[in-house]
Amino acid sequence: MATLKAPVGPADHTFGDQHAPVILVEYGDYECPHCGHAHPIVKAVRKHFGKQLLFVYRHFPLTQIHPLAEPAAETAEFAGANGKFWEMHDAIFENQPSLSLPLLAELAEALGLSSGEAVSSLESHEFEPKVRNAFLGGVRSGVNGTPTFFINGQRYQGMYEFEDLVEAIDAELLASEKHRRAG
Amino acid sequence: MSTVLAAGTPAPDFTLPVTPDQNLSLRELRGQPVVLAFYPADWSPVCGDQMALYNEILPEFQKYKAEVLGISVDGVWCHAAFAKHQHLHFPLLADFEPKGAVAKKYGAYRDHDGVCERALFVIDEEGVIFWSYCSPIAVNPGADGILEALENLKKKRQSHGDLESSRRAS
Repeated sequence: MATLKAPVGPADHTFGDQHAPVILVEYGDYECPHCGHAHPIVKAVRKHFGKQLLFVYRHFPLTQIHPLAEPAAETAEFAGANGKFWEMHDAIFENQPSLSLPLLAELAEALGLSSGEAVSSLESHEFEPKVRNAFLGGVRSGVNGTPTFFINGQRYQGMYEFEDLVEAIDAELLASEKHRRAG
Repeated sequence: MSTVLAAGTPAPDFTLPVTPDQNLSLRELRGQPVVLAFYPADWSPVCGDQMALYNEILPEFQKYKAEVLGISVDGVWCHAAFAKHQHLHFPLLADFEPKGAVAKKYGAYRDHDGVCERALFVIDEEGVIFWSYCSPIAVNPGADGILEALENLKKKRQSHGDLESSRRAS
């Protein structure tokens, strides 16, 4: 089974407790409708597990079929550099049906960031290497489309509905609990 | 699933249409690694389509000077429309007439379905299969296997080169 080749590190955007027993990594594309579908589900899963789950989001834009996926990912990175990654991440997915370059600038403005700086970061491709790096890490880990999830480093092959993800994470929690007791 | 040609086998040569008025022969690509990706059909209705993925990874393949060729039983006009729609920047070969003849030579044809397997081959500079893999038909095999094979091929060439130069030096 495919495993995560790029370990979770300081370059990652993480949400939750750094010492959580389960790490859920998602490779996603902001213009992919399946990722848009998964977004509120993942949020509900995060809420459900609270401190027991660390969530990591990594970019996997398929730029040739989703022309706005790359600028959206770079805008999220721009917001991240200003401490607002998750706010932008949510805003982009919540506005996915009307995604456009002007909308990305508007979202930056709405989060109290400079839309001018957001636009110029896109023009200078400031965050392109970071996005590309995430993408290539995904390729090396066998990511072949989006969304792709890894639970504690193992590729998750199931459906990404709430119940399915909760069940898989519960199983992992149980396994880590047993491991901890045995150790 | 079919049994695809294994590593170490000379890659069967072929000449196939690549556009409505151009053919491509495998032997023309001697001297560089070739990634030959058989797939069932153009227009598969998924986001993470296999060809779309390879399209994104082209710059990585180019680092190994590798040429990527997609191949299916679809005709040239179908390929042309698909490549345009998906903005593909690598050639798609039409194994169309006689249908699937090249796929059959590589052990990558599904008789019952009349389409190619999702079978991958990395062919070395001398035209010998260096790595091959056949994925379940519904599973996009990704690109990690191809990149690993290209890396291993490069390492093999380098160590071989080192051996040659140390021989010459002694």
